[in-house]
Amino acid sequence: MTASPLAPAPLSQVAEQDGTAPVFAQERRVLGLPASTWPKLLMPLAVGLVALAAWEAVVRYNEIPHYILPGPLLVAKTMWTDWGTLSGSLWITLSISMAALCVAVVAGVSLAVLFAQSKWVELSFFPYAVILQVTPIVAIAPLIIIWVDDVRLALLICAWIVAFFPILSNTTLGLNSADHNLLNLFQLYKATRFQTLRYLRLPAATPYFLAGLKISGGLSLIGAVVAEFVAGTGGSQSGLAYRILESGYQLRIPRMFAALFMISISGIVIFLCLSYLSHLVLRRWHESAVKREN
Amino acid sequence: MIVSAAAAAASDDRPAGRSARPVVSCRGVAKLFSNGTLALQNVDLDIGRHQFLSLLGPSGCGKSTLLRLIAGLGEPSAGLIDWPADREGADHALSFVFQEPTLMPWATAIKNVLLPLKIAGVGGDEARARAADALRLVGLSAFENAYPRELSGGMKMRVSIARALVTKPQVLLMDEPFAALDEITRFKLNNDLLRLWEDSNFTVVFVTHSVFESVFLSERIVVMAARPGRIIEDIDVAAPYPRRDEYRTSPLYNEHCRRASAALERAMAHHAHHG
Repeated sequence: MTASPLAPAPLSQVAEQDGTAPVFAQERRVLGLPASTWPKLLMPLAVGLVALAAWEAVVRYNEIPHYILPGPLLVAKTMWTDWGTLSGSLWITLSISMAALCVAVVAGVSLAVLFAQSKWVELSFFPYAVILQVTPIVAIAPLIIIWVDDVRLALLICAWIVAFFPILSNTTLGLNSADHNLLNLFQLYKATRFQTLRYLRLPAATPYFLAGLKISGGLSLIGAVVAEFVAGTGGSQSGLAYRILESGYQLRIPRMFAALFMISISGIVIFLCLSYLSHLVLRRWHESAVKREN
Repeated sequence: MIVSAAAAAASDDRPAGRSARPVVSCRGVAKLFSNGTLALQNVDLDIGRHQFLSLLGPSGCGKSTLLRLIAGLGEPSAGLIDWPADREGADHALSFVFQEPTLMPWATAIKNVLLPLKIAGVGGDEARARAADALRLVGLSAFENAYPRELSGGMKMRVSIARALVTKPQVLLMDEPFAALDEITRFKLNNDLLRLWEDSNFTVVFVTHSVFESVFLSERIVVMAARPGRIIEDIDVAAPYPRRDEYRTSPLYNEHCRRASAALERAMAHHAHHG
């Protein structure tokens, strides 16, 4: 290559591009949802319905007594008749889980920000966060219930311990994952520590935080349920786990299934809500939320 | 971006590079990395006001290291980097363009350009107008609200250049900014960068490993050799500005390319002796 054979296009071509803003193809929508979403919803639903029908058929055909295995129709009926008690318990379990998740978010993010300020702080405290995480909650729950007078507070602490680590760990990783050149750029423009945190580290950590939040959402529910099992509180102020224990003692197996079913549905709803939140936050810029054309 | 009469006049009374008071002055600069590599040894370099200077050399010759030291990203192990034209204690306005566009993926083009102003505490309508102006200069007015992932490689680099120019820097440091782009896009960006430089009064220090790019763009090519990184040649590219596509096909251009290539070959030969 001696002289250029390629005559670069004049600047006016760039100016021509100026007239056209990027256009994004709109997908066809059916009943308010994108057409490609429907199979994703309908297919798992179909599998579930087939499984339930098979379950009901097996129970009826073999005449299995309902205190061993109730059919799904009986479970549904029980949920309907016992809704008063069950919904009260559901509310208690959910409120404990959500409160624990909120505390986990605040504590996890604050600690992660603190860790990001100094490698030494991180090195000194992170092992203890790991210890908190790896110790089985069933093993510490009795202690916490003894130490804390208020049972609901004790349950909240247990749920928090379980939910807190993924948020701390992911957010810490995210805060340390900011692009190296961008960090140099901030240094070059003499950004303060706070500016670097606010404009670079926190946005860079957002996808990591949201991934941690999705895990913690489910864990907070599990933590609350496990702690309730250990605490075994009675009376009107009890959560779904206690309803399961109680129904087991009384051989009211359909009610046990109903409570179990409600816990699973709650977990799914929490996961879907957090996934949707993550999608809303990341959809414009992050690879994980961006729809690929190829 | 038509070259104005004012810009032509400015290029006439441009000081003759090295003779005028330099913007940046490197004296005996050395850089020893902690792994024992001597990245730079005894570098003396004066960069004049409104000069377009290229640092050309094989990989590992320390050209990027030198650029980062000038930017203040790291301290030299020995020697001094001075900004003689600055008032005592004043911040010298410099900007840096990396090989990657280095944009914040969560922010739109205009928000990326706004970043240096935001850090400097300039806000509101003034900042917005300046950012919009910088994007217009690089031909991306219609893409203010596009996210980086919606832009092509060349467009991202344009946003990166707009971000560098929005602070109206005295010195623009560029570290192989177009190396990752295809040739057509690179030629286009070369032309546009030259127009931006001709129309204003900033100094450019441009790191490249392309002889053709350095000859097309710069007034002066500093050729470096590796192990240890040092300057072995300082070439004047005596060709008048404004340089346009015709220059790429002129005998003058060929002649300068031959000289720069020969110098680069000598730099590689040095490298072979020592390595």
